[in-house]
Amino acid sequence: MSGAELGLGHYMAVSAALFTIGVFGIFVNRKNIIVILMSIELILLSVNINLVAFSVFNGTIMGQVFAMLVLTVAAAEAAVGLAILVVYFRNRGEIAVEDVNVLRG
Amino acid sequence: MTFQEVAAILIVLSPGIAAVVAGLGQRVLGDRGAMAVTTGIVVTAAALAAWQFFAWSLGGQAGEAQTIVLSRWFNVDTFIADWAIRIDALSVTMMFVVTSVSALVHIYSIGYMAEDPHRGRFFAYLSLFTFAMLMLVTADNFIQLFFGWEGVGLASYLLIGFWYKKPSANDAAIKAFVVNRVGDFGFALGIMALVFMIQPVAGVDYAQYGIKEFSSIQFDTVFAVIANNAPVDMVGAAGAMPIKEVTFDFLGVHVWGLEIAGILLFIGAMGKSAQFFLHTWLPDAMEGPTPVSALIHAATMVTAGVFLVCRASPLYAEAEVASNVITVVGAVTCLFAATVGLAQNDIKRVVAYSTCSQLGYMFFAAGLGAYGAAMFHLFTHAFFKALLFLGAGSVIHGMHHEQDMRFMGGVRPNMIFTWAMMLIGTLALIGFGIPGTDIGFAGFFSKDAIIESAFASDSAFGPFAFWCSIAAALLTSFYSWRLMFMTFEGKFRPNPHAHHDDHGHADDHGHGHDHAHAKPKDGRAPAHESPIVMLIPLLLLAAGAVFAGLLFKPQFLTKNADGFWQGAIVREADPLYGPCGVHPYGDATHCAPDVAHAPAPSNAAASAAEESHGVVADEQHAAPDAAHAGEHHELPTWVIWAPFVVTVTGFLGAVIFYLMAPGIPRRMAQNGGPMHSFLSHKWYFDEIYHFVFVKGTAALGDLFWKVGDKKIIDGMGPDGVTGIAKAGAGGLSKLHTGYIFHYALVILVSAVIFVAFVLAGQGR
Repeated sequence: MSGAELGLGHYMAVSAALFTIGVFGIFVNRKNIIVILMSIELILLSVNINLVAFSVFNGTIMGQVFAMLVLTVAAAEAAVGLAILVVYFRNRGEIAVEDVNVLRG
Repeated sequence: MTFQEVAAILIVLSPGIAAVVAGLGQRVLGDRGAMAVTTGIVVTAAALAAWQFFAWSLGGQAGEAQTIVLSRWFNVDTFIADWAIRIDALSVTMMFVVTSVSALVHIYSIGYMAEDPHRGRFFAYLSLFTFAMLMLVTADNFIQLFFGWEGVGLASYLLIGFWYKKPSANDAAIKAFVVNRVGDFGFALGIMALVFMIQPVAGVDYAQYGIKEFSSIQFDTVFAVIANNAPVDMVGAAGAMPIKEVTFDFLGVHVWGLEIAGILLFIGAMGKSAQFFLHTWLPDAMEGPTPVSALIHAATMVTAGVFLVCRASPLYAEAEVASNVITVVGAVTCLFAATVGLAQNDIKRVVAYSTCSQLGYMFFAAGLGAYGAAMFHLFTHAFFKALLFLGAGSVIHGMHHEQDMRFMGGVRPNMIFTWAMMLIGTLALIGFGIPGTDIGFAGFFSKDAIIESAFASDSAFGPFAFWCSIAAALLTSFYSWRLMFMTFEGKFRPNPHAHHDDHGHADDHGHGHDHAHAKPKDGRAPAHESPIVMLIPLLLLAAGAVFAGLLFKPQFLTKNADGFWQGAIVREADPLYGPCGVHPYGDATHCAPDVAHAPAPSNAAASAAEESHGVVADEQHAAPDAAHAGEHHELPTWVIWAPFVVTVTGFLGAVIFYLMAPGIPRRMAQNGGPMHSFLSHKWYFDEIYHFVFVKGTAALGDLFWKVGDKKIIDGMGPDGVTGIAKAGAGGLSKLHTGYIFHYALVILVSAVIFVAFVLAGQGR
């Protein structure tokens, strides 16, 4: 492989960047709960990139199978999460993150 | 089993059975059934006891002193006690007194309690009391005696509080119980002291002292050990030593064992017999029905303390300090109670204080070694005091439950029989009789014997007791006649607060309001004579009050005393009828002059006594031994006449104050001088006790409650734990913000830390 070729490190860098963006998306965002959901999706994707990259570079298929599993779970999670959001919005009239604190002790 | 034994068992146990049957079966039996069962059984027991007593004392066939063992109760090492019936002069006398007064009170109560809805219960209690008292007097060990002691305390409590809807009766019952507990605590400690001291020494043959089975609580063992000064092995002591030399630390003080045991036992007697400091319950106990007052708080239970001291006379004969304590307390009580009796207005309270006073006489007699005189006074006192109480009850009954003497007067015309009976009781109480002869009422013989014993005593406290008793005799006469005059003579003074139950608080301002009631003609009280069933017991007791002294003086004190007592009490220390007495447990050398012993021991005592009363039988006087005993007990004439003189003085005083010028005492009471209020408040004993003990206990309780319990136990315990949990949970719940991003942060940080740990672990 030449020096310009994409190496494992690049994939991991992208993944790490996506993960960081996702994490910050959760913490920094104080407005929209949908953004949080999206941030979670980003985190999951970053994990998927890692899985696929390792799978390719190690020459095993397991990582890619696992990535498919993660995607499925992510889809389900998105569906459930959005459904909760819809119901929540119906009940409370808004979904601003700052106001979602029914669990406060 | 001889007839005597069967009779004794029946006398003791049958009232118990009656109490159980009547008490538990009153729903089946009904009131009449319960009354019939208890009265019938107790009367039967009284008949048997009377037969037993008369056979013993007058019949000349004094049975063998013996102990009937019913069953073994305790058998632990040397702590051995039986359920037993001990038959000797002391217990025979007490059995007769208890059952006869009890039987008469049972009969009397049929009339007195006729309108009470709970008669069945009342009679069951009366029988229960009789049973417990009989167990007490027939005990042959301290534990059974204690059983009876507590049993009579219980019955007393139940009967004082019999009218349980009356708060004052409940208070009085609790007071009696609590004050008695104080005494009983001393009593229990006294028994423990005996057990503590009297332990057998290995290798000593106690059979030589006449001890068959060594038991630290059996009278026979205890008294034989003391009388013979036998070696004992005190618990924790270095070695064996004679009982009289045993000392130990008690409350940080090094004390003689026998003295402290005697004093502790006497504290028990003080509680039960209402002696100075522990007397406060007795006047309040008058809240109970009057028959109860007559039976328990005059004739029998309160004399249990005197009985105890006489029963333990072998101990007290060797315990000089304890005897002196008894003398002083008894003498002080006899004077103190007599002074308080002067200013009481409740007819029953006057009689109650006179009981207290007479018990004082008995105690100081016992303290001076005149156990025979003490028992004799107990015996005669039971009759005339029960008579006075039942007579007072008859007046109360006839006056429709008026107890305050200020609202009586003029009762005599309508209650002439009760008046006559009360008169006999009063004459017996003040000890009326002609000095120097054998003519007089029962109290004359016994009380004068006590007063003369006090004079003849060698004890350091004899003169003190003598002067106290003379003063008390004066006061006794005065307040007894005051009672008679205020109740029966003069004009009727109606109660302005008629049907006012709380007689104790009636006040003086009502004297001017006579017109509020229709004035009865000729100043007669609207009283009616009591039913015949109440008058018969009065008549029988009056017979006792007249003849008991004359009839039984030879038995208790003089001629036949040795044959009567047969060693049930120690007579050698008796100041008046003394040194020929036979020591029950010691050897004969205890008994001073041999002459007094040998041919006719009774003669010496007889002439000693009769000489003291001025009648000298010639042939007895001629006998050398009699002369010997006589010279020792020569009493000056003024001593013999002193009680008579003060008695008459008291009578004249009462005549002046209550018949001729009844205005004087009334003005004195109204002006309420310091002396009068001091007396009418009973020397402020109740107030002081209230302040010191009741308030003190309440303050102590407050301290333990508010500081000890609330602050320390609760504060450190449940309240503290919940407080910490609550505060902790409050703090933790603050972390629960509800914001998703906070949770996410925690998850992330945790995950990072977790991963870091795992990686760190792998890297190692």
